[in-house]
Amino acid sequence: MRITGRAWKYGDNINTDVIFPGKYTYTVTEREEIARHALEDLDPTFAANVRPGDVVVGGRNFGCGSSREQAATCLVYNGVGAVIAVSFSRIFYRNALNNGLLVIACPAAVEAILPGEQVTVDTEQHVIRCTAGEFPFPPLSPSVMGIVEAGGLVEYVKRKLATP
Amino acid sequence: MSEQTFAQKALARAAGMETVEIGQVVDARPDVVLSHDNTAAIRRIWLQFGQERVVIPERIAITLDHAVPAPTTKHAQNHAEIRQFVQEQGIHNFFEVGRGICHQVLSEEALVLPGQLILGADSHTTHFGWLGAFGAGIGRSEVAALWATGELWLRVPESMKVVLEGELPPGVTAKDFALRLIGDLGADGGLYMSIEFHGSGIEAMSLESRMVLPNMMAEFGAKTAWIAPDAKTTAYLAERLKRKAQSGDRRFGKSLETLSVSELQALLLSMALLPDPDATYAAVHHYRAEELEPYIACPHTVDNVVPLSAVAGTRVQQAFLGTCTNGRLEDLAAAAAVIRGRRVAPGVRFIVIPASSEVLKAALEKGYIQDFVEAGAVIGVPGCGPCMGNHLGIPAPGEATISSANRNFRGRMGTPDSEIYLASPAVVAATAVAGVIVDPREIGG
Repeated sequence: MRITGRAWKYGDNINTDVIFPGKYTYTVTEREEIARHALEDLDPTFAANVRPGDVVVGGRNFGCGSSREQAATCLVYNGVGAVIAVSFSRIFYRNALNNGLLVIACPAAVEAILPGEQVTVDTEQHVIRCTAGEFPFPPLSPSVMGIVEAGGLVEYVKRKLATP
Repeated sequence: MSEQTFAQKALARAAGMETVEIGQVVDARPDVVLSHDNTAAIRRIWLQFGQERVVIPERIAITLDHAVPAPTTKHAQNHAEIRQFVQEQGIHNFFEVGRGICHQVLSEEALVLPGQLILGADSHTTHFGWLGAFGAGIGRSEVAALWATGELWLRVPESMKVVLEGELPPGVTAKDFALRLIGDLGADGGLYMSIEFHGSGIEAMSLESRMVLPNMMAEFGAKTAWIAPDAKTTAYLAERLKRKAQSGDRRFGKSLETLSVSELQALLLSMALLPDPDATYAAVHHYRAEELEPYIACPHTVDNVVPLSAVAGTRVQQAFLGTCTNGRLEDLAAAAAVIRGRRVAPGVRFIVIPASSEVLKAALEKGYIQDFVEAGAVIGVPGCGPCMGNHLGIPAPGEATISSANRNFRGRMGTPDSEIYLASPAVVAATAVAGVIVDPREIGG
């Protein structure tokens, strides 16, 4: 799989409240509407301008805070191809993979990527490419890769339940 | 067999294995699966599996707490959908609007026991470390998967040992210790880790104070957190189990009616999973309780921590006492002691929301509610209140709130252009009285 898009670059500790505000979590349920509120309190220009395949780049502890899954799905519903960060908060990391959103911890790439530039993520060769060069990242563990390959946790569980 | 951490022992137990290694991924079967107002959304994911019945109805616990009573028609529809699901699936551990916040209610109901695994669609599920359980937050899809299969993959985390020796000085609380730790090591200081609390400072704490520490470790990036259960812990749980003697609870293999409190205590203690003395820790941090002071987490991150004195005099328009972190009887007692006989400052709203109906009832009996009302405070329905910006105290743009909650992210309380300062309950009350951030010890509180 190869993902190519523009980089939307932000800082450390990007939390779930600025990714998808808590006040919407029980009332906003439609995909389009969830997508519209993505990163609302961090970058009000994001949802209107993001294009499929674009990549969100963050610093340390990306996705910290709430367990709300919309912090991952609001990016998925906007067509975001991957999130590259120095490190991830664990619940966000799980939520992203469970919804088929690629999350890659790669500090060197985060440092090198310039805001707005074109970035390619190659999941077969396990490298991130940008103007500054190529940055390798470690592959996911096989057990977790099974969920991503199935297209997310729901599909993975469906298959598991179908297997006697 | 190498020496094991609490996390290793708890996940080995939950996975039905003899031992597990740090870093190993296991399929764990939780004893309790928690969800709240997000249950309707989880149900819609679960429906995709085509099952008619969830496979673990007896392990599911559901509370309505995040936006209660329903502030809008949409919230009401959300609750209605959850009640229907609960009825259809025969889920007994369901707690209605007004019973309280999930972590407090499940603690009071003794639904989680030492050594057990609880997974919840709520980041503060780390809370249950106060009683020696392994609590971790998960996503909505994961709860749906648990309803359908009863198991979920978990990676066995590295562990950090945090040792607190000595006794906290007057006016310094478990909240201050949690803020100090997060301030020292950062909001990702415990990322992916299991945080074990040890030392005489922890042993000396009341149970309600202990509850603050694992709860706040969600703000430290932790997967879970743990405190050793002792006689205080088992007495709390055993007394509550006895109150439910008629409930048909069979978790101990025989009826609760036939077990005495002391027998129950012994059984609970035997369930405790204690880390081995030479277990492997990624880091060890030592603190002296006497060296701690009141701290404040300043906008807009929980690790932006300073000694209270550094921000004393900062004006606030709202003070909020409540939440799963600091909305218990002990917290209300500390705040009532400060506010008794005083008035909330002009231009300040003081919102008090007990963490549960049990806390509210006890606070009524103790006269704390009267103290708050006479001082000009507002009393809210047990639940999460304005913590996450749904209702009951959303600040206006440009306003500052001092709060006993756990998060101060931009927009957290519903308004991005407002500021949130986090502090202990007594500091919140003193600030409500003074109108500016103040140390309660300086106003004779």
